[in-house]
Amino acid sequence: MLSYTLRRLAFAVPTVLIISLIVFLMLDMAPGDPTGSLPLTIPLEVREQIRQSLGLGEPVFVRYFKWLQMTVITEPLHILAGLTGWDIAPGGPRILSWQTRSPVGDILVQRVPQTLWVVGLGYLFGILIALPIGVISAYRQYSWFDQVGTFVSMVGFSVPTFFTGIVFILLFSVTLGWFPSMYDTTHVVRDWNSFLFQAKQIAMPVAVLALYNASQISRFMRASMLDNLNQDYVRTARSKGMGEQTVVLVHVLRNSMIPVVTVIAIGIPTVFTGAIITEQIFRVNGLGDALIRAIYVSDWPMVQTITFIFAILIVLFNLIADVLYGILDPRIRYD
Amino acid sequence: MLETSEPVLQVQGLKTLFNTRSGNLHAVNSVSFNLQAGELLGVVGESGSGKSVTMMSLIGLLPTPPAEVQAGSVMFGGQDLLKLSQRSLQNLRGRDIGFVFQDPMTSLNPVFTVGFQIMEPLRRHMGMNKSEAQARAIELLDLVGIPDARRRLKDFPHQFSGGMRQRVMIAIALACDPKVLIADEPTTALDVTIQAQILELVKELRQKLGMAIIWITHDLGVIAGIADRVMVMYGGQVVEYGPVREVFANPAHPYTRALMTTVPSVRGARAPKLNVIEGQPPILSQHPIACPFRARCPKAFDRCGRENPARYDVAPGHDAACFWDYQTGAPR
Repeated sequence: MLSYTLRRLAFAVPTVLIISLIVFLMLDMAPGDPTGSLPLTIPLEVREQIRQSLGLGEPVFVRYFKWLQMTVITEPLHILAGLTGWDIAPGGPRILSWQTRSPVGDILVQRVPQTLWVVGLGYLFGILIALPIGVISAYRQYSWFDQVGTFVSMVGFSVPTFFTGIVFILLFSVTLGWFPSMYDTTHVVRDWNSFLFQAKQIAMPVAVLALYNASQISRFMRASMLDNLNQDYVRTARSKGMGEQTVVLVHVLRNSMIPVVTVIAIGIPTVFTGAIITEQIFRVNGLGDALIRAIYVSDWPMVQTITFIFAILIVLFNLIADVLYGILDPRIRYD
Repeated sequence: MLETSEPVLQVQGLKTLFNTRSGNLHAVNSVSFNLQAGELLGVVGESGSGKSVTMMSLIGLLPTPPAEVQAGSVMFGGQDLLKLSQRSLQNLRGRDIGFVFQDPMTSLNPVFTVGFQIMEPLRRHMGMNKSEAQARAIELLDLVGIPDARRRLKDFPHQFSGGMRQRVMIAIALACDPKVLIADEPTTALDVTIQAQILELVKELRQKLGMAIIWITHDLGVIAGIADRVMVMYGGQVVEYGPVREVFANPAHPYTRALMTTVPSVRGARAPKLNVIEGQPPILSQHPIACPFRARCPKAFDRCGRENPARYDVAPGHDAACFWDYQTGAPR
């Protein structure tokens, strides 16, 4: 298993490198100019100097390798140095955001916690809701519980998050006034009351994401349970006199979790990318929000880096899914 | 061995039906039989004749709904199993009545070790702790002829061959020393040499442990080889029941007689063509008011379409459900 994992990791390196090249080149060829959003009164030669100072005068492959080096070495080291206080930050240039002129790594460090809290909680709650719902719906197939669950997850899955988000804001913020419609990042949790406010402001974006994720995962869980409930080994477990709880929650669940865990693992990076819209609606200044703003002003270094991070996450979690599959299913051995 | 004192299992008038969208399926109709202690009862019949459903009904293993056990009684150890709660049935299953199913490839849970699956009923019913259960599991694997038992406990089902998996299933079924073992076509999915090995194993275990066995099969050869008594089923009903020698020597029901002729013989002249029973098995959605075999029966006459024949004694301990008397060759 270990050698398989290492082999897969080794294979992941060229994959990620090719993705980085594609991401870089595509954005490099895209129209857009770092000075495009500056006032028109700036004369042309000054604009050209700004471009030169941003390193745009150099050939494309030089810029690619510099960007790559900074993305995988310089910026991570700076981030690590900032987090731990160790003196490991290398000198030399860093990737600068064209719009803010500050290093991309520093911006990401500010942005990631919001995304992790809001989106991460949304995904986590989604899973926690989905698994029991999936199990019960399958065990009581066609019961009213299953019918309601099927309907809700159909709605939750087919209605996009930007719509549910707006409906939630209209209903719970505007009409009922229960929750704030905007996420205040500067809010600091100090005591019980400020914690309560934090819980309130995070509730709606988390609920929107949880609903969406839960509908998807609960469907998978239900289908997987149904596949397994009719298997012969379930009858064997019953014939041994095992109680229904053991039969369903030990024998069937363990088998049903195999594909579901894989789906959950593969879904984690898409949660980051998919949350772009939800972050916009609730004004959560997370990673997705940073990406959208960077695209608006053609801030290519920012877009390249965030896109590349998403790509790494997708490759990484695919690998994790494969390894989990091997751990959960004894029939699969990669050696 | 036959006709001992009190039977271990007494089934009276068992009726099971399936509620389906297109009406009720009468899968088991008034099935009655006794199982004596230590005897091996062979149950034969074609697919869909109600063999498995009968045995699953006994012990509440059918999914309800759609299945519904409508009438009858199943006396076992002084109580009627059909009146027991699901919880009491659970206590009985695996402890007093063991099961072996047809397909050993799918009957074991693929994600748990064989040891875990053997130890489960031991810990549930016998209150054994882990090390006791493990010792017993090793003993059981030895008993069913799996070499290197201690090491193999840690293996998963996919690491065993089909025959070995069926041995594991038998080990699970025998774990708590059941009084009755119900084997539902345990050798159908295995190839012939493995089938012979499993049969030998069961014969041997029966001698060692002395439990009663119900052996479901559609292979008459197997029945002739191991059974003490045979029950022939057709269309959800018992059509003939008796000691195996008696039934094979004097089959009284036209269906049993027809079944005997379909078995190809390796001795004597080569038959130009395999014998078959013409026609289709009965449609179980119709209410059983007539003999289920009448459409395919060479001896059928008008009464067979009006009434469902009751079982009559052909000889002591041997009965058949037919209006036609095989001895006189005339209607009774």
